[in-house]
Amino acid sequence: MVDTAEGHAFVEFDRVQKSYDGETLVVKDLNLSMPKGEFLTMLGPSGSGKTTCLMMLAGFETATHGDIRLDGQGINNIPPHKRGIGMVFQNYALFPHMTVNENLAFPLEIRKMGKAEREEKVKRALEMVQMGAFGARRIAQLSGGQQQRIALARALVFDPSLVLMDEPLGALDKQLREHMQFEIKRIADDLDITVVYVTHDQTEALTMSDRVAVFDDGRIQQLAPPDQLYEEPENSFVAQFIGENNTLEGVVEEIRNDQALVRLDGGGLIDTTPVNVSKVGERTKVSIRPERVEFGRDRLGEDAHTLNAEVLEFIYMGDIFRTRLRVAGNDDFIVKTRNAVNQVRFEPGQQIEIGWLAQDCRALDA
Amino acid sequence: MQKLRALLLISPLLAFILITFIAPIADMLFRSVENKIVEETLPHTVALIDSGGDIETVVPGEKVFSALYVDMFVAAEKKEHTRLGTRLNYEESGISSLFRKSGRRVDRLDVEVYREQFENIDPSWGEIATWQSLADNSDASDMLPRAMWAYNAWRDYLIADGDNPDEEELEDFIYVALYDDLIALEDASEAGDLIQRSANAVPDFETVNFKEAFIGFDKDWGAEDVWKTIRTYSPPYTEGYFLNAIDLQKEFEGYSVRPENERIYGVLFMRTLFMSLVITGCAILLGYPIAWLMSNRPMREANLLMIMVLLPFWTSLLVRTSAWKVMLQQQGVINDTLVWLNIVDEAGRLVLINNQFGTIVAMTHILLPFMVLPLYSVMRTIPETYTRAAKSLGATNWTAFWRVYFPLSVPGIGAGSILVFILSIGYYITPEIVGGTTGTFISNRIAYHISSSLNWGLAAALGTILLAVVLLLYWVYDRIVGIDNVKLGG
Ligand SMILES: Nc1ncnc2c1ncn2[C@@H]1O[C@H](COP(=O)(O)OP(=O)(O)OP(=O)(O)O)[C@@H](O)[C@H]1O
Ligand SMILES: [Mg+2]
Repeated sequence: MVDTAEGHAFVEFDRVQKSYDGETLVVKDLNLSMPKGEFLTMLGPSGSGKTTCLMMLAGFETATHGDIRLDGQGINNIPPHKRGIGMVFQNYALFPHMTVNENLAFPLEIRKMGKAEREEKVKRALEMVQMGAFGARRIAQLSGGQQQRIALARALVFDPSLVLMDEPLGALDKQLREHMQFEIKRIADDLDITVVYVTHDQTEALTMSDRVAVFDDGRIQQLAPPDQLYEEPENSFVAQFIGENNTLEGVVEEIRNDQALVRLDGGGLIDTTPVNVSKVGERTKVSIRPERVEFGRDRLGEDAHTLNAEVLEFIYMGDIFRTRLRVAGNDDFIVKTRNAVNQVRFEPGQQIEIGWLAQDCRALDA
Repeated sequence: MQKLRALLLISPLLAFILITFIAPIADMLFRSVENKIVEETLPHTVALIDSGGDIETVVPGEKVFSALYVDMFVAAEKKEHTRLGTRLNYEESGISSLFRKSGRRVDRLDVEVYREQFENIDPSWGEIATWQSLADNSDASDMLPRAMWAYNAWRDYLIADGDNPDEEELEDFIYVALYDDLIALEDASEAGDLIQRSANAVPDFETVNFKEAFIGFDKDWGAEDVWKTIRTYSPPYTEGYFLNAIDLQKEFEGYSVRPENERIYGVLFMRTLFMSLVITGCAILLGYPIAWLMSNRPMREANLLMIMVLLPFWTSLLVRTSAWKVMLQQQGVINDTLVWLNIVDEAGRLVLINNQFGTIVAMTHILLPFMVLPLYSVMRTIPETYTRAAKSLGATNWTAFWRVYFPLSVPGIGAGSILVFILSIGYYITPEIVGGTTGTFISNRIAYHISSSLNWGLAAALGTILLAVVLLLYWVYDRIVGIDNVKLGG
């Protein structure tokens, strides 16, 4: 389904820049192309320019520089109401002076659709979000979650091929959010629409998306499917931002084949996979996921390097154990182990030996 | 306890409102029906009329005139007869001068015969001590109510003048009152010897014909119109002011519509309402775009606009209104410009002021902030995402405005309209200065009655009606728009 080859792109950002005040660039150099039917999430810390990108796509902000194309056509000069893009706003933006039905019928009325057809479509859209019984309600009479569903239905009722959602679940509690993530994903798949979804909740991004674009500082730091993003972060920002991550700093000592030997600042040598390092002597940040740390030599190679560690804390979390270690001067080295039969439970103060497969440990930019 | 403390906290404000707002309004409401002056100034005359004595004819008979003499004498001494004359003059012109003239003449009317005849029965009638002992005796007071009233009134006005009544000669009019009492006395057997003897003697007294005397003062005393007026307005409370305020009049025979050329208040009320509506409409038309700009432009521009809107607040009302006079008069800026541009010629200079147009222009300008501010505070709370959402759903700028933005701003229009309308309906200074004769409001008339004609009752009735109209409109508005939909902010 993911096909970013030129010519097939449905949504395309081409070297887009955006500045509000003419001085600072909020979006610095955005290149992005999306095939039809993709569910793409923009993920990033607050102020990284996600909403700005969405607004440029929707037509409420103009790009300072570069082109945005929709279905091969430049849309820089097309006003928002002619773009035919559905949009779910962070605060839902449901019209408070209209009932649910009127809200949904609004885009259809504007398209001069007949009454019977309109009612039919509104009814179907409401059923799709399981809100069939709420048509006559006023917006203020709905709960947050219900409003969210209506906002979704309204963005979809006029059959747009592209739907933008700006943190649509931000205001909901955890349980409802998880439920709605599933719903949105189901509806998007059912209708085969293209979705650009903005969030700063990484779990949300990982569970829903075909691809995730990690934003920081006005640039896409990495654009990849969730698994790749998690397992193969391309830089230390992404590694830090997505999931839990242990970082150790050091200097490249040797590069051989597809492995790099890194001498840590806190002492010790480790095997890593070089990602952003190419020269001996370069500084690097090494990233290792907590669940990929091994304790026994049996699963590591014969000549694998290991480190000595001291157990500082052992936390029983039910499904997993979480152990905090002191490794090479880093007091915050976390290891997660599955709660399985015979799994060792460490005692604080215990001295152990840890290691990992070189492919799980990535030497990134410093 | 908690409540009491809360009450204590707001009590200064409560007292302030009570004293400066509720009390004046209550007083105004009261004044619009109060009419005690007739009864208080002519107590015996009114009592006789009310008891139905001697009123087969409109112009009453001798007895009433005799009571009128006593009342009038005391009123004239207390200088209250002119006040009553002024009061009744509102209803029937000419009464004021009639009362003034009669007040002077009663003083000079010779009624010594009464005194002489009483002193002939018993010389003690000429002594203060006799009178004082009667006044101190409640039985005697009951039997001789008018005489005692006259005696006490006499003492009172002497004391008010700084004299000592015990050293003065009794005034003749007191004996007239005594005579009237004794004539009316049916059974004197209970009374003391002096009164019994006097009561027996009075039927043979030589008397003064007061009716003739009064008609001699002024022949109007024999005219039905004067007596109709007095008798119509003798009760302590009257609906007469209210009737006047709606172009009716209360007459002896009943209510009637005022003659065509005296009807002014209906027109004035309608004009006030109509012009207030026009002003409110103009304020909406002018204020809406300003408020919209203020809430949709960047902060700096919005602040500048806000200052421009508020600027009128910082200059004196009089200055602003006078500025309009300079602008609009026939030799004013606008006319000069038009002439200069050859749009109108010298002879055809437009009349822009001292008429309704002038009032509407100046008042719209002055009241505009009251429309803009509530509008702005409502518009500010309408998030931009609503319009954006509408546009993303396919609405053009206009549709997004008309279907989404405008309905959400209606509460602001409502609040602004109520403010502007209620303010303008009672506005006074501006119409006074630029309104001429055709552009004045009911409030100008109220002011006239308060400060020039001094007909406070009528002014109060007009004010009360105005208040009622505003409350009624408020109620209607609440019914149609709903007061809950009115937002001044947030
Ligand atoms: N209308 C605007 N005028 C000026 N600067 C703006 C405007 N909107 C956003 N910015 C600035 O642009 C930057 C990016 O904002 P944007 O809203 O795109 O961030 P975001 O990634 O959506 O953040 P969040 O997760 O908090 O919603 C921020 O530094 C913000 O201050
Ligand atoms: Mg945002």
